[in-house]
Amino acid sequence: MPLGPDTTSKWERRLPCVYWAIGVRSFRRFSTYRIATASGAFTNTVFGFILCGIYLTLWHERPGLGGYDVADALTFVWLQQGLLMPIGIFGATTTVELGERVRSGEIAVDLYRPTHLLLWWLSVDLGRAMFQLAVRGGAPLLVGSLVFDLKFPSNPITWLAVAVGLVLGILVSFTIRYLVALSGFWITDTRGMEQLALVLSCFFSGTILPLVVFPGWIGEFARATPWAATLQVPVDIWLGRSPDGIGSALLFQLGWLLVLLLAGQLTTSVATRKVVIQGG
Amino acid sequence: MAVIELSNVSRAFTVTSRNGFRRTRREVRAVDGMSFTVEPGEVMGYIGPNGAGKSTTIKMLTGILVPSSGSIRVAGVDPSRNRLKLAKRIGVVFGQRTTLWWDLPLKDSFAVLQKMYDVPIARHRENLATFVELLDLGELLDVPVRQLSLGQRMRGDIAAALLHDPEIVYLDEPTIGLDVISKARLREFLAQVNAERRTTVILTTHDLDDIEALCSRVMVIDHGHQIYDGTLTGLRASQSAPRTLVVDLATSLPPIEIQGATVVKVDGPRQHLTFPTTTSAAPLLSQIAANYPLVDLSVAEPTIESVITQLYTPTHH
Repeated sequence: MPLGPDTTSKWERRLPCVYWAIGVRSFRRFSTYRIATASGAFTNTVFGFILCGIYLTLWHERPGLGGYDVADALTFVWLQQGLLMPIGIFGATTTVELGERVRSGEIAVDLYRPTHLLLWWLSVDLGRAMFQLAVRGGAPLLVGSLVFDLKFPSNPITWLAVAVGLVLGILVSFTIRYLVALSGFWITDTRGMEQLALVLSCFFSGTILPLVVFPGWIGEFARATPWAATLQVPVDIWLGRSPDGIGSALLFQLGWLLVLLLAGQLTTSVATRKVVIQGG
Repeated sequence: MAVIELSNVSRAFTVTSRNGFRRTRREVRAVDGMSFTVEPGEVMGYIGPNGAGKSTTIKMLTGILVPSSGSIRVAGVDPSRNRLKLAKRIGVVFGQRTTLWWDLPLKDSFAVLQKMYDVPIARHRENLATFVELLDLGELLDVPVRQLSLGQRMRGDIAAALLHDPEIVYLDEPTIGLDVISKARLREFLAQVNAERRTTVILTTHDLDDIEALCSRVMVIDHGHQIYDGTLTGLRASQSAPRTLVVDLATSLPPIEIQGATVVKVDGPRQHLTFPTTTSAAPLLSQIAANYPLVDLSVAEPTIESVITQLYTPTHH
């Protein structure tokens, strides 16, 4: 067969296509895990009720804690329970698999593909997140709203901002998880790293307690971390409680996303170079 | 023009070993001064014991590893500098791993590949139709990959590696773990693809039947050195592994005495003689036929395994 024309430039023009195809397959892949999805949503709902008990007590003792009223606090619980999985607060199957591939060296197979590592995994993770958001993101909220009086955005602009904020939150979470997974190129045993990432994510995303309740410099610090951009910020947009308005909330997320994407791309090239030059 | 060109390629790795608190660094040469070329359409068997440097060579050829010294050209480019560009023009199959989407039907993986390699849709359909027919994948397209048997999955992986009309395919143990029928089928398919599409094939394997069935050329490496490069027949001839002549006589006789061969075993009227690969069997036959009551005879070639085992033994390098 003749060598044929070089089609690289054409391929670059059609870049979005392949990543879209990958994202769609990842969405479909997660749609095959029906029982896991159903049982996950059930667990979220049970936890929702437990947390509501705790938050009701808390806000009964300290009404208006952190600027939230009782309805804010309860809505926070049900939103959070629906969003934990899509955002990947406790980690996600996709980036866990990436970490395993890095550790086992199987990541070399990914380098045989004419695709960019970061974009490949970003597409895979977005496909996963979108499935989990669509199918179980709203389920706890629905159950919660049957029992409690919850808050919903009142105008289309807020709905739109919520949607954008959620996507940004998922992307920020992905880039953090991606960086943790790639640490396996340098650290033989990444379990410590993963546990650290889990603890930081749980606390600074507002999963343990909404970040609004932390006073003083601890609160300031917590609300400035990239984890805050994953869960706390989109939930605040939903509640209409973004301290400096919706615009600056989205800019805060976007800022972290750009920084982390840059870090992700840099790490990818350094890691690739390490594999290619040092041999893994 | 050669599609693969290596000139004096070496690859060293630094191995750090810890002995108590002492750390010692040692340089290991996985590939040492390798030079060869492969022409378009060649099927080259690339064999050697574990740790001989086979995968290091393949990694360098695909651009995911740079050589420590020497130069490589694959399809006209330097692989490590043009990894992404080259990736579009090669196919890779690992017998022990899969590149298919585990939880999705086989056809989904193929659809992603069409986008990934930017294959014109008409060409994609044509290739897919051909492979579905030749590899009998029709029934499997809708089955999630995790439900496929090893043989079925392997057929899927091979089709996946060839869908974008790669100029070169690297097959790493493509028949590992397969049953005899699946192996034969896969070999037949690969031979056909090579014949019809002139795809260059580099096959690393421990299954020497793969080599016998497919490869016009064999390269044997050990400790990072080429120790043989040529045809399979030449490989047999290059070694002193003797051939065996089995003769059936009319009656039991004491060991027969002829020039150029020696009896190694007497089994009633049947006698086994060995003679060097360099000797022709014909004069031996006429000697025996002239002097003994010959009923039947057969000549056995040394098995390729015995030839290669002999190659690996330390006296040869």
